[in-house]
Amino acid sequence: KLKMLTNISNVLRACAQRNVAAVVMSARTYADFTPEATFEIKKCDTFKLDEAPATQVVLTRDEGLEYYRIMQTIRRMELKADQLYKQKIIRGFCHLYDGQEACAVGIEASINLSDHLITAYRAHGYTLTRGGTVKEIMAELTGRRGGIAKGKGGSMHMYTKHFYGGNGIVGAQVPLGAGVALACKYQGNNQLCVCLYGDGAANQGQIFETYNMANNRYGMGTSVERAAASTDYFRRGEFIPGLRVDGMDLLCVREATRFAADHCRSGKGPILMELQTYRYHGHSMSDPGVSYRTREEIQEVRSKSDPISMLKDRMLSNNMASIEELKEIDVEVRKEIEDAALFATTDPEPPLEELCNHIYYNDAAVEVRGTNPWAKLKSVS
Amino acid sequence: QGSFIDALVVLQMMVRDALNQAMDEELERDERVFLLGEEVAQYDGAYKVSRGLWKKYGDQRIIDTPISEVRAGLRPICEFMTFNFSMQAIDQVINSAAKTCYMSAGFQAVPIVFRGPNGSSAGVAAQHSQCFAAWYAHCPGLKVVSPWNSEDAKGLLKAAIRDDNPVVFMENELMYGVPFEMSEEALSKDFVLPIGKAKIERPGNHVTLVSHSRCVGHCLDAAAVLAKEGIECEVINLRSIRPMDTDAIEASVMKTNHLVTVEGGWPQFGVGAEICAKIMEGPAFNYLDAPVTRVTGVDIPMPYAKILEDNSVPQIKDIIFSIKKTLNV
Repeated sequence: KLKMLTNISNVLRACAQRNVAAVVMSARTYADFTPEATFEIKKCDTFKLDEAPATQVVLTRDEGLEYYRIMQTIRRMELKADQLYKQKIIRGFCHLYDGQEACAVGIEASINLSDHLITAYRAHGYTLTRGGTVKEIMAELTGRRGGIAKGKGGSMHMYTKHFYGGNGIVGAQVPLGAGVALACKYQGNNQLCVCLYGDGAANQGQIFETYNMANNRYGMGTSVERAAASTDYFRRGEFIPGLRVDGMDLLCVREATRFAADHCRSGKGPILMELQTYRYHGHSMSDPGVSYRTREEIQEVRSKSDPISMLKDRMLSNNMASIEELKEIDVEVRKEIEDAALFATTDPEPPLEELCNHIYYNDAAVEVRGTNPWAKLKSVS
Repeated sequence: QGSFIDALVVLQMMVRDALNQAMDEELERDERVFLLGEEVAQYDGAYKVSRGLWKKYGDQRIIDTPISEVRAGLRPICEFMTFNFSMQAIDQVINSAAKTCYMSAGFQAVPIVFRGPNGSSAGVAAQHSQCFAAWYAHCPGLKVVSPWNSEDAKGLLKAAIRDDNPVVFMENELMYGVPFEMSEEALSKDFVLPIGKAKIERPGNHVTLVSHSRCVGHCLDAAAVLAKEGIECEVINLRSIRPMDTDAIEASVMKTNHLVTVEGGWPQFGVGAEICAKIMEGPAFNYLDAPVTRVTGVDIPMPYAKILEDNSVPQIKDIIFSIKKTLNV
């Protein structure tokens, strides 16, 4: 009893000190840790929906640890990429995802690997949640043969099973996502497609063409990831219902995705999710990210709404994990990133003999013209 | 009785029906194949190429829609009402379809066929008359096919549907209603022509004519006229623009020593320009007795008035004239 009272008072003190959501202790404490706790999360704004995602959700200790690990891995991986880019070991484009981890992890928490996902170029986090490894992602960024696309794709073109990239042309992935969802409907496999885009794409014609096709015929799932938006984008799909979700809170994203997935799978058609999220970095490595916002703003989001801190606070204040345990995960993650970075910087570049491979799929070997008429190169599928 | 029925079997089939038969057979053969495009379903297709297919296969497999993309295990046939409209979706054709296999190092295949009428028609003016052979054939990752007759249409379309890569299949509106004889072999469900192989439609010794699509017929007509003057033309039907059967062209040029290319598209950076470059880089160059001649569409947007339009595309007299100039006769 005394232990329980101590825990409750710890929780209350924690609540007073930090800006975390109100907490209700629901499970009994035994042994070391609380196996699960209920949390109250922000209500989603809805559009054309009779119901909304739940505002009281349960998080288990195991789930919490898993989410913490993945989010931390994404965070560290992106920061390492930042470092390697500044060292000129990563070239070209590099769009970083730190700050937005709750979106990738929250979405994946409520779908299956047998579902489908497609996004734009800020894709490293999703490549990981969709089954890629840190090692092969980093080696792709450094353009090595051990990269997830053998060094052929780079930052914007990484693929895994049921993950269709990584797409460089703004907005192009949205009709593609609709096509994937069409395939799901065609095959009757009850799978859905999560299709993500940002504000750049939101104004494009092909987005609205996709809304039109999705709604008229195919009953697909369409989800939206946004940077910090200031207008009501979630109302734009006039005939498609929508949710506006706190994209910095993993539990909100998870619950909203669960709701959206049910909506789609029950045959109600597509649904728009506006995830209000925030990237700490600029648009890409060539954007310092402070010409259109203040450093104070970035700092404020970091201190008040960081997704990883939020999860950590929740778990600690509910005795779902210990500080040491989380630190241990941090150490493990750091090691994984370091090992991956070492591999990414020491793995050799792809062999020149393979330059022309994979132009075609499942095809006989062909000759490819090189830079001059005497350069006859070979391509195999 | 027997021979009467046999005679009926050698039937005449219009290009449009050959295309229809190809799609019908492939829809039946593989349930992952489906057709989408403007007016392909209930309207039976803007040019009736998909007539009857919606009735037979239903909503699931014949879909009326603007352009859509599928990457998750299906094999779509995407019909453009004309290839001029493909420009609205060209980013998807090039950046999402053509390049994906390479970018993913062979992980993600895109087994899609983009088909529809290409090139000039009759009186449809500048925005509806462009030939896109050179544009699409420029891009690695695509296969580009241009059938001429019904046998080409059927055999190459089946090959395109069965190919695991994105294939741009360029038909010709003026050819849809033209009937051609179809051999028994061509009528069978397994009749598939290889992509990348040209066909010698007419053998000859004096000059090689290389062409694709509707112009093949013009070349044959020109050859018939010239034969009366003792000039024997070898007419090659390219069938595939990418990959192109360079070997066939070279072998022919090494025999005839003269080459004339004939196409409906514009001259600059076109199919004929590419053939010239290829010939220069290969063994056939030393066999040329004269520079290669390109016969092409006039380098202008397509005009509307009939007299202007007629004089904007290669006519038989232009081909004959060019051959004689090349042969210096």
